[in-house]
Amino acid sequence: MSNGSMHKVLSSELRPAPASAISAALTLAWRAALKIKHVPFQLFDVVVFPIMSTVMFTYLFGGALAGSTDAYLQYLVPGIVVQTIVFLTVYTGVGLNTDITKGLFDRFRSLPIWQPAPIVGALIGDLMRYALAALVVLAVGLLLGFRPDAGVIGVILAIALMLVFASAVSWLWIIVGMLVRTPESVMTTSFLLLFPMTFISNIFVDPATMPGWLQTVVSLNPVTHLTTAARGLMHGTAVTTDILWVLVAAALVTVVFAPIAMRMYYRER
Amino acid sequence: MLAIETSALQKHFADTKAVNGIDLNVATGSVFGLLGPNGAGKTTTIRMLATLLKPDGGTARVLGHDVVREADKVRAKVSLTGQFASVDEDLTGQENLVMISRLLGFSWPGARARAKELLEAFELEEAAGRQVRAFSGGMRRRLDIAASLVVTPELLFLDEPTTGLDPRSRNQVWDIVRAIAAEGTTVLLTTQYLEEADHLADRLAVIDHGRLIAEGSSRELKRSVGGSTLHVQVADAGRHMDALQLLRGVFGDEVQEDREAARLSVRVAREELAPQALSALAAAGITVNEFALSQPTLDDVFFALTGRAAEEEAQKEEAA
Ligand SMILES: Nc1ncnc2c1ncn2[C@@H]1O[C@H](COP(=O)(O)OP(=O)(O)O)[C@@H](O)[C@H]1O
Ligand SMILES: [Mg+2]
Repeated sequence: MSNGSMHKVLSSELRPAPASAISAALTLAWRAALKIKHVPFQLFDVVVFPIMSTVMFTYLFGGALAGSTDAYLQYLVPGIVVQTIVFLTVYTGVGLNTDITKGLFDRFRSLPIWQPAPIVGALIGDLMRYALAALVVLAVGLLLGFRPDAGVIGVILAIALMLVFASAVSWLWIIVGMLVRTPESVMTTSFLLLFPMTFISNIFVDPATMPGWLQTVVSLNPVTHLTTAARGLMHGTAVTTDILWVLVAAALVTVVFAPIAMRMYYRER
Repeated sequence: MLAIETSALQKHFADTKAVNGIDLNVATGSVFGLLGPNGAGKTTTIRMLATLLKPDGGTARVLGHDVVREADKVRAKVSLTGQFASVDEDLTGQENLVMISRLLGFSWPGARARAKELLEAFELEEAAGRQVRAFSGGMRRRLDIAASLVVTPELLFLDEPTTGLDPRSRNQVWDIVRAIAAEGTTVLLTTQYLEEADHLADRLAVIDHGRLIAEGSSRELKRSVGGSTLHVQVADAGRHMDALQLLRGVFGDEVQEDREAARLSVRVAREELAPQALSALAAAGITVNEFALSQPTLDDVFFALTGRAAEEEAQKEEAA
């Protein structure tokens, strides 16, 4: 250690007032963005599967399910984007759990900052991640021949709706992230819910072809409404009830789970 | 004013009495060592003092503020370097420091300048642009401590700052701790090594099963064990008996000998006598291969205090 420079840093009189709530949350969102930059693999990880399933479903079953691969692509791509984003929400819980087990949360919590900033910052960062993943999957869709009739505006509105829904679902994984011991168990726990939620929906197949009881289940699944709304927005055939359904579901999930998550966050560990 | 003042501080987890009534007084400007085996309750104590855990009983004041009622005031004055390097592994060293600087209210340019200063002072410039994931344990620890010094705290908590480090990195951390203390920051550090507490701490407390079992300067504690041990190995085995006579003259009769290896060892209650012994040997023309004082370990202290070896309380390390 050079004593001179050590003395210099330690004798620094710089003592600014700690960051405001907004500035703290944005700094932690910046951190999340850096993670996307440094670990792009995590993003590839989550888009590879949707892209593979798009290609596979389109060319294997597209003709049988929708008459032609091209028609099926128009049906499938919005739903695949939904699936991608819904699965990505898990990383909110995984990231939180990693921060807790690594001790990083102890550091944040011992700083004189707005205490929810780490959670809010992570959520903002996650929104960037969701949007980025959606764009990657859409780009591949466009390459394959997906043509949204409602153009850029429709696509943007659809993604915005997905982000609203995803940030609501994230609260669930924040809770799981604080409950379980390892990041891996956050994954396992959440997939138990996410697999049925995305597969027992109208993402891949028109529910009209399903047995009656399954149709009922599918129609109760919020992912189904999100997919219908996203499809409608992207192709210009949106139905207000589906959009409302999604907004109400997102609001309900947030109102119920966000306070629980925050209470658990404030509670000591 | 005392930097830390606790009274009957308690924290229980289910049926584990992690901290079971600790009274601690730490003077401002001192380095205080909390010494104890794994599972003794060191981390739990520090986490309560750093406002991360609420005590179940008793009170704790840090820099004059109650840790529960005035947690914000405490947080504004202290820094914590936890037991596990609490830096973001995905980010670079520089980005980690910029992040903490921003959170503490620096502007972007200010944060970058502060990060640069800290990286220089902690000899991390070359690694500044590398992800922390690729850092060695010692570099990670230095970055972690640097992150605690973005704004110079009045009180710094260091939880086992050198556990798991190689000797060179450990010495670097020791130098850092001394430099911090020299600038007037109060330091509370925990350690499992009496040697470390001896090197760094003005006063120390031994804790076991969540209770203080001894408190004092390291000199006092070592004396309670009977002091250090001096080992001497004579170069010329023929002078072995002469050396024995000389050491007896200095330290009294309690010199033990291992004739085969021409080694002598003696319990030294007063370490300042060691140089005297060395000059006596030199004056008599006896050359030595080894002349070393070895410190009693935490185990020795434990044995002296409790009559049993320091046992590991925790089955496995609690990350929480
Ligand atoms: N969050 C926790 N939940 C349950 N038990 C805990 C928790 N934290 C610590 N303990 C227990 O409390 C005791 C003291 O732990 P700790 O303070 O970490 O000791 P040290 O830091 O001295 O190794 C141990 O028996 C440990 O297992
Ligand atoms: Mg510990």
